[in-house]
Amino acid sequence: MSFVLTEEQRAIAKAASDLVARRAPVAHLRALRDSRDPVGFSREVWREMASVGFAGIGIPEAHGGSGLGLTELGLVLEACGRALAPTPLVSTVLLGAPLVLAAGDEALRARELPLVASGERVIALAHEEGPHHAPTRVTTRAEPHAGGFRLTGEKSFVLDGHVADAFVVVARVAGEADDPRGLALFFVEASAPGVHATRLHLVDSRNAARVRFDGVTAAATLGVPGEAFALLDRVLDGARAGLAAEMLGGADEVFARTLAYLKERQQFGVAIGSFQALQHRAADLYCDLELTRSVVLEALRAIDRGDPEAARLVSAAKARAGTTFSRATAEAVQMHGGVGVTDELDIGFFVKRARVADVTFGDSAFHRDRFARLSGF
Amino acid sequence: MSALDDFRAEARAWLEANCPASMRTPPSSDDEDTWGGRRATFFSDDARLWFERMRDRGWTAPTWPRAYGGGGLSEAEGRVLEEELRRLGCRMALKSFGIWMLGPVLLEAGTEEQKREHLTGIARGELRWCQGYSEPGAGSDLASLGMRAVREGDHYVVSGQKIWTSHADKADWMFCLVRTDPSVPKRDGISFLLVDMASPGISVRPIRLISGNSPFCETFFDGVRVPARNLVGREGGGWAIATSLLKHERAMIARIRDARAEAEEALESIAKRVLGEARGEVADRVVRAELAQLGIDVLANKLALRRAAEEVAAGRPAGAESSMFKYCGTELGKRRREMRVRLLGLSGLGWEGEGFTPAELSATRDWLRSRASSIEGGSSEIQLNILAKRVLGLPA
Ligand SMILES: Cc1cc2nc3c(=O)[nH]c(=O)nc-3n(C[C@H](O)[C@H](O)[C@H](O)COP(=O)(O)OP(=O)(O)OC[C@H]3O[C@@H](n4cnc5c(N)ncnc54)[C@H](O)[C@@H]3O)c2cc1C
Repeated sequence: MSFVLTEEQRAIAKAASDLVARRAPVAHLRALRDSRDPVGFSREVWREMASVGFAGIGIPEAHGGSGLGLTELGLVLEACGRALAPTPLVSTVLLGAPLVLAAGDEALRARELPLVASGERVIALAHEEGPHHAPTRVTTRAEPHAGGFRLTGEKSFVLDGHVADAFVVVARVAGEADDPRGLALFFVEASAPGVHATRLHLVDSRNAARVRFDGVTAAATLGVPGEAFALLDRVLDGARAGLAAEMLGGADEVFARTLAYLKERQQFGVAIGSFQALQHRAADLYCDLELTRSVVLEALRAIDRGDPEAARLVSAAKARAGTTFSRATAEAVQMHGGVGVTDELDIGFFVKRARVADVTFGDSAFHRDRFARLSGF
Repeated sequence: MSALDDFRAEARAWLEANCPASMRTPPSSDDEDTWGGRRATFFSDDARLWFERMRDRGWTAPTWPRAYGGGGLSEAEGRVLEEELRRLGCRMALKSFGIWMLGPVLLEAGTEEQKREHLTGIARGELRWCQGYSEPGAGSDLASLGMRAVREGDHYVVSGQKIWTSHADKADWMFCLVRTDPSVPKRDGISFLLVDMASPGISVRPIRLISGNSPFCETFFDGVRVPARNLVGREGGGWAIATSLLKHERAMIARIRDARAEAEEALESIAKRVLGEARGEVADRVVRAELAQLGIDVLANKLALRRAAEEVAAGRPAGAESSMFKYCGTELGKRRREMRVRLLGLSGLGWEGEGFTPAELSATRDWLRSRASSIEGGSSEIQLNILAKRVLGLPA
């Protein structure tokens, strides 16, 4: 599998950027924020994305999807990242749907996946319980009850949690926090008695919620209870790589805007982009972006081809995406001067998204540590 | 099976049959390299045998036309050969500025006569070349160079000085930049000349480096007569050739694999050995995080190189990315070398003699040598200037 895009991949990338430019430019996120939109994304835009197949990437054709891989989804995410377009791509297409696909029974898959593919259904992952990504730090309990399980616990950071139609919940059937053994996955309807979601207003104006499960009866058990961690981590890797692609898009866009400003803004009678102090910082950032792009693309491809090195590549990609995106936004603000810190300019939206995206699914420090462990040191 | 797969199988079989076992291990010092030339020396019989076999196959310059001593391979076959050489861990059979730098521009801009006269000798390692660009007053600002060449009949008479000329004391010929017309804007008065180092009037003085080696020299020209047919391109047209050559040089500096670095004990294992380990991990968490960042950056750089090569093979015009890889590659190399001596502590600071292993002594010398990498071939700052202007389009 090469880095050079195929005809079909180029068409997907173009369709995605056209659609995003038309329906969800940064102004769209700004409008959702300013109107305190209760949903936090546009269902209409999401259905349009679904109608051209974006919501069904990764879902087999038999279940209404397009059967494409993460490499293609990465192209769509990168386009969304450029415009900071809020969609359920991460919560549902990268997390909820793959978990249902991998571990749900045929009835569940046949019911849920076509609805995801058509943009009708948001399935969120209820996993994290603290302020930092800690995949095994789960204390939510699952107790056997009437032939199934009853869940009790609180999740601190559920993407799209307040608008989800259903959840995949990570809970413990055995062991203590930090033990990778003893974890299990459950499918829970958002309407089930005992589910309480509270929207979180994060700095990036994107969707997240705290969700409490008070003795909620799970609608289905996904996979073998107690042995969920390997699958969970594998699906999380897809989400990490996909999010890294979104971050790459954001970093690239904010860099492009900075570059345009360097050419346009005049001081001392010349364009500020003629100052070598700024030129060198811009050139170094360009190299940073090119390196990050290469490792992000490779991580997506590695997952698609089932490479045993995929997890290590994903951690390299997410670590670099975190630092590059943050750095690109910090440089953007500084090189824009005073307007860079105004809300009127879009740059601030990128600054905020870079921070939240870095923390999501493990920040750069988390992934450096994981990279080291997977590399044997 | 595609034709390329056939070629891979054929190349693999040939290399396995022809590369001597000792040439499949990394060299333990620069002294083991083969550079060819009139005064060629070989570190071992195997080194000679390996060189001769590769030369006779045309694989010292695999993608040059056969008529000029090359292997006649396509770019794609050339890459396959490189992969197979790497897979077997083969040493470079011949290191050569002629192959890396001069050859590509002669193929682009040389006359048929010049190609016939010089390329075969380069590919076959018969003549060793050096690069006469820098002068005491013309480093980064190369175009301000002043070494004069005055046309007298069918000769140029050359007087002046070059500096930092790598291997000038061992080279047979020099490709150099001279000023043929001081009256025009500086880039327009430069010409590209090929000079036999045995010509009367040339003297060479080696310069010692902080690493203790003296791979480069001052070179003095005093009324040296150079036949006019050794002018490459037109008189006054040397700058374009010079910059095209620099592009090849940068790509080479970024690409040539540091065979020794690959064979060295991994930084992670040094860290465990010297700083201790806990549950299989480097015990010092700060060092471990730095090693991880370095490992990630090295990986990303490697992937970026591969991506660029694939894109160019697929038809994207090769651009100023050689500047990016020269910059990133050398800066990363310095970080690696710095990390190695840091991890080794005093063991990585030995200069010579008893008390240190050869690997430890190399660590010291390589660390010092690595400092030159971001200066030679256009400094890091110059690469950033090029990227800012040519790639990012920022105003001068
Ligand atoms: C190991 C080694 C081998 C070499 N081999 C050869 C060889 O074979 N043949 C040959 O011709 N030359 C050779 N060189 C010379 C090399 O090309 C020059 O050293 C290099 O071009 C820098 O020139 P300089 O040393 O005069 O430094 P200077 O140009 O004086 O630079 C000094 C500092 O100023 C910075 N600087 C200069 N101009 C700018 C600018 N416009 N913007 C920002 N910063 C700037 C530089 O980056 C550097 O940090 C070699 C050098 C080394 C170290």
